Amino acid sequence: MNITLDFGAVLSQWPLLVKGVAWTVGLTAISAVIGVALGIACAWSRVYGAAWLKWVTGAYVELIRNTPFIVQLFFVFFGLPAAGVKLSPEAASIIAMVINLGSYAAEIIRAGIEATPRGQIEAALSLALTRAQTFMRVVLPPALKKVWPSLVSQIIIVMLGSAVCGQISTQELSFAANLIQSRNFRAFEAFIVATALYLLLSIGVRKLLNWAGPRFLFGK
Amino acid sequence: MVDFSVWDIFRNLLLAARWTVVLSLIAFIGGGLVGLALLVARLTKSPWADRLVGGYVQLFQGTPLLMQLFLAYFGIALFGIKTSAWVAASVALTLYTSAFLTEIWRGCVAAIPRGQWEAAQSLALSFTEQLRYVVLPQATRIAIPPTVGFLVQVIKGTALASVIGFIELTKAGTMITNATFKPFVVYSCVALLYFALCFPISLYAKTLERKMR
Repeated sequence: MNITLDFGAVLSQWPLLVKGVAWTVGLTAISAVIGVALGIACAWSRVYGAAWLKWVTGAYVELIRNTPFIVQLFFVFFGLPAAGVKLSPEAASIIAMVINLGSYAAEIIRAGIEATPRGQIEAALSLALTRAQTFMRVVLPPALKKVWPSLVSQIIIVMLGSAVCGQISTQELSFAANLIQSRNFRAFEAFIVATALYLLLSIGVRKLLNWAGPRFLFGK
Repeated sequence: MVDFSVWDIFRNLLLAARWTVVLSLIAFIGGGLVGLALLVARLTKSPWADRLVGGYVQLFQGTPLLMQLFLAYFGIALFGIKTSAWVAASVALTLYTSAFLTEIWRGCVAAIPRGQWEAAQSLALSFTEQLRYVVLPQATRIAIPPTVGFLVQVIKGTALASVIGFIELTKAGTMITNATFKPFVVYSCVALLYFALCFPISLYAKTLERKMR
């Protein structure tokens, strides 16, 4: 048995890999921002919303959390055009990632919101803050702070999940690896390199978000 | 062209769903056994075992399952072993599951008060006996709800095996779509079947969790 690995053949295609990493990071950044916003909105409606709104967001959250991401992606990309909505692969990827992250973020953030002591809300209302102001300035920041580590983990899970988006020809990292192996038949090496890049990305993104959260989102 | 009714689509998907169930069970049972071995290795308090298992967990939690599947698929072939989607998917999902379960269970063991270990030790129980009669029975009680919850993750994870050509629910959905040109109906049915599989387990995990408190 003689195994020869040739990483040079893969690394010489570095422009493709760089482009792939850029796409993966870009997709993750966009869907993280919109997905967390969606999660906040859903969390709000699950705690403070009217009964029907609670039911709708509850159904959305359970439906998404109990089906695989790849099926959601295929539904958006292949299924929606049949209903008259035609999407580019990139748009479909972002929509699927946002919908996916939104449901998990809703559950995570809801836990943070529900942990707010009642006295804080009463104090804010007695200072003549409106309901919206109370939520945005008193309830939300400490809630996000409490659940930030779980939220960061979830964003990373969505980033790793985005590897599937290559299957609908979004040109992210796993797509680049597939392209490289189709050119030089170095499949194992190509996927090793891509996997290592994903590992570095997930470590880097976790560091970045843990640093950025307290500074820009909810204060130390 | 053969005409597929919605019932035809649903029936064929239902037949394919059993392979999703079988693969999930293989991954869950295999992953449980490997995860348990890794947990015990970690509990022996040998520093290199701890570091090794920690790295293993980080590796599998920090990379996409899809890449792990590709690596298993092409990696096993590299050793000159003729591989199939069955073998590759089982191996990759087993390893993936073991990494998550060992980490979940480690947390459960860590939740056992140190006094329990010390008490067992002072009764002159050996390390295996401490684990077998004192620590694991208590840890198992805490471990059941998150473990059941993780089963949902495993079932959803098997959907990725479709990419390396394993014919289960998602792959069957793609194949039926190609034959019928009804992606909206087909993928709705696929999602519905996954939901029917996963939602009861999610609910059960939630009930178990509530009972613990």
